[in-house]
Amino acid sequence: MSKEKKDVFARAEEFVALFSRGAEFTKQILHENERLRGRLSQVEDRQTHAAQDNVEWEKLREELLARIAGLENEKRDVLDRLQAVEEENRQFADRYLEIEEENNNLANLYVASYQLHSTLELSEVLKTIIEIVINLIGAEVFAVYVLDEKTNQLSPVASEGQLLSAFPRVPLGSGIVGGSVDRGETTCGEPLPSDDLERPMVCIPLRIGERPIGGIAIFKLLAQKDAFTPLDHELFTLLAGHAATSIFAAQLYGQSERKLNTIQGFIDLLTK
Amino acid sequence: MHRHRILIVEDSPTMRQLLVFALKRIKGAELVEAQDGMDGLRKVTSDHFDLALVDINMPVMDGLKLISLIRGEESLKGMPIVVITTEGAKEDRERALSLGADEYLTKPIQANRVLSLAKSMLKIE
Repeated sequence: MSKEKKDVFARAEEFVALFSRGAEFTKQILHENERLRGRLSQVEDRQTHAAQDNVEWEKLREELLARIAGLENEKRDVLDRLQAVEEENRQFADRYLEIEEENNNLANLYVASYQLHSTLELSEVLKTIIEIVINLIGAEVFAVYVLDEKTNQLSPVASEGQLLSAFPRVPLGSGIVGGSVDRGETTCGEPLPSDDLERPMVCIPLRIGERPIGGIAIFKLLAQKDAFTPLDHELFTLLAGHAATSIFAAQLYGQSERKLNTIQGFIDLLTK
Repeated sequence: MHRHRILIVEDSPTMRQLLVFALKRIKGAELVEAQDGMDGLRKVTSDHFDLALVDINMPVMDGLKLISLIRGEESLKGMPIVVITTEGAKEDRERALSLGADEYLTKPIQANRVLSLAKSMLKIE
């Protein structure tokens, strides 16, 4: 048999199969139509019967009322569930925002503490403190003080917004800065700029345990910053501890480097 | 996965680390840091970037100069630029925007604000 004939037969078979499926489907539809007609006829009969018979009518009415009541209950239940789900969604959205904020705060605190402990050079530590106070807190005029244990005076060692020489030395325990460092309590007033360089709006004492190391005094915030946030207070606390240990470690490192150089000088002198 | 190359031009290591922290949450983000305007210019002209975050006050070359040079380059005209700065005055904002910056954020920044702004600039859902 030629290939063309084979193809014709194959297509004819396909057509017959398709036609059979169509016929089967038509039969099913006709059967379903018959069934629905029967059901419709039953319902119509019942309604006609009910319309003529009061008892039957009452029964049908009660059935329908019960069904309406059931559907109403179901609707109420669904609405209650919808409300509960909406409330849950709202709570999730609130919680999500809280977690986002917490996440932001933790990122700021992590970065601040990471940077503070990333160096042992005092100048670098002071630079990092300045960066944190400008970029993370948003201060425009401020100074970092370090305690001179011999004179018991706080000396400004780094500043922003004003020359370092403009900031006065402060005896420990005296004024806002000296008092705050001495007591170990952060002073935080209204965020109003202060031109008086002895009266900062914020003073953060830098201490290691009971030992005062220095302080950070903020006199003016950036123009776009009008209030302190909870994160700012977290940063004050972080600076109070971590900036103090960083400065102290850098001071010790500087001293040990100097002593090491002196000893090395002696050794070189003796061995020459 | 589509890569989003972002250039961070900022002299403060603290701010750079914070921005990296915020932006690494973008899927496919590739973050490159530059420590001043000159470094930023070198990087932006030698490689492709989808977004640049630029500080204004920086040593060697400031952010405004960098923005004007970027906008002068034909191939970089379409790259979005977001300024992140301590300068909050209206005239600073207007100056940066007139030079070609697309957005202007003032410090202290909120990491999620930077993230959502970067996503919108990169047209990420």
